Amino acid sequence: MIPRWRQIQESIVESQLWKSIFRVGVPNTNRKRVLAMLGNVVLHLHPVKTRKSGVKMRYTWCAGGVTFFLFLVLTFTGLLLMFYYRPTVEYAFVDILDLREQVPFGIMREVHRWGAHAMVITVWIHMFRVFMTGSYKPPREFNWVIGVILLVLTLLLSFTGYLLPWDQLAIWAITVGSNMASATPLIGLQGPGTGLLKIGDIPLVTSTNDARFGLLGGRFVGAGALLRFYVLHCVGIPLIAAFLMAVHFWRVRKDGGISGPV
Amino acid sequence: MSTAQNRIPAPEPDLDIDGVTRRSTLKWLTLAWVGFTAATVAGLTATARFMFPNVLFEPPTRFKAGDPSTYAIGVDERWKEKFGVWIVRNTDSIYALVAVCVHLGCTPNWLAAQNKFKCPCHGSGYYVSGINFEGPAPRALERAEIALSPDDGQIIVDKATRYLYERGQWSDTKAFVKMA
Repeated sequence: MIPRWRQIQESIVESQLWKSIFRVGVPNTNRKRVLAMLGNVVLHLHPVKTRKSGVKMRYTWCAGGVTFFLFLVLTFTGLLLMFYYRPTVEYAFVDILDLREQVPFGIMREVHRWGAHAMVITVWIHMFRVFMTGSYKPPREFNWVIGVILLVLTLLLSFTGYLLPWDQLAIWAITVGSNMASATPLIGLQGPGTGLLKIGDIPLVTSTNDARFGLLGGRFVGAGALLRFYVLHCVGIPLIAAFLMAVHFWRVRKDGGISGPV
Repeated sequence: MSTAQNRIPAPEPDLDIDGVTRRSTLKWLTLAWVGFTAATVAGLTATARFMFPNVLFEPPTRFKAGDPSTYAIGVDERWKEKFGVWIVRNTDSIYALVAVCVHLGCTPNWLAAQNKFKCPCHGSGYYVSGINFEGPAPRALERAEIALSPDDGQIIVDKATRYLYERGQWSDTKAFVKMA
């Protein structure tokens, strides 16, 4: 009985299919463990060895990890919401109501919303922790800058997502928020230096070609703004953020592992 | 001494492999990078321009607001929804207030009972004249250009041209229409 079981096991482990997936066999030596990490596209982003301090919750708070987890949750729930939500003035608001009332597990939008709030909080906590443990110091200063950009992208994701329910709160919040773009130097209608940009009496920057217009696709928050924010929220910013996250995690590994002394 | 001199190598002739020399390599490399940079800049410019359409499906900034005689003394809200403008008539003139709060751009409400414009976002308050008196608004509401059509005597409002109180422009001839 036992020899036959061995035969079956061997025939599986020795098969071409098995070997094509698990290339180094049982990782029972240090060399094989390293090869297993390096040969896997997901695992190779992680350090081959982790310091004892790296897994101490008291030290890292796992704030960055929780932020990344929330990003994955938001990507997944956001993808599900996209099956129902239509980013037009006519449908946006009623689609949001239908997502709650007419779709099974109507809590999905709330998961997305609360997850987004939580991510904004955890990303700040992560930054606070990195600051307090001095983990921004050389050679990690490059990664600190990447982190700051990721923080801004998180806030922009939050900002663009805020418009999508297309209720009064959303419209006026984005009206107020996007008016800040008018104050951009040189390319904002009311920005410093913009008044100097003119040919004769004709101003080069007008309400239909300044920074705010580029953001809204119109002179006020309307159909164009809804569509632009939708595309930025669902595709544009997440792509940039995902790329920078890969760089962020890679640099954590290359700059002496997670936190702790270098 | 003489041996040391002998060691100084004679200047090498420009290496020519199948017609490719150092000089021609640099020339083509420079040309390639200049071309690549120019193409990138052109592509990015075209992409940026793509975000600014040639036609806007928004209400025009200039519109006919009807005959002056249809306006009673006070604030008229008939064009607020469509064009974002209040037409205000007082005893001797008519003027057009732009219904955009100068604080952060929300649309204020006209509160007839309290005789003031009040912004629901952060509480800025304005008198009927448009002058701010409460809340965070840093200046008065803007007035739009207003005139009477020479054809039919109707009021013509043009939101594209604004008249600002703090610049003393409210007394300009196109900032109001004189009423008998």
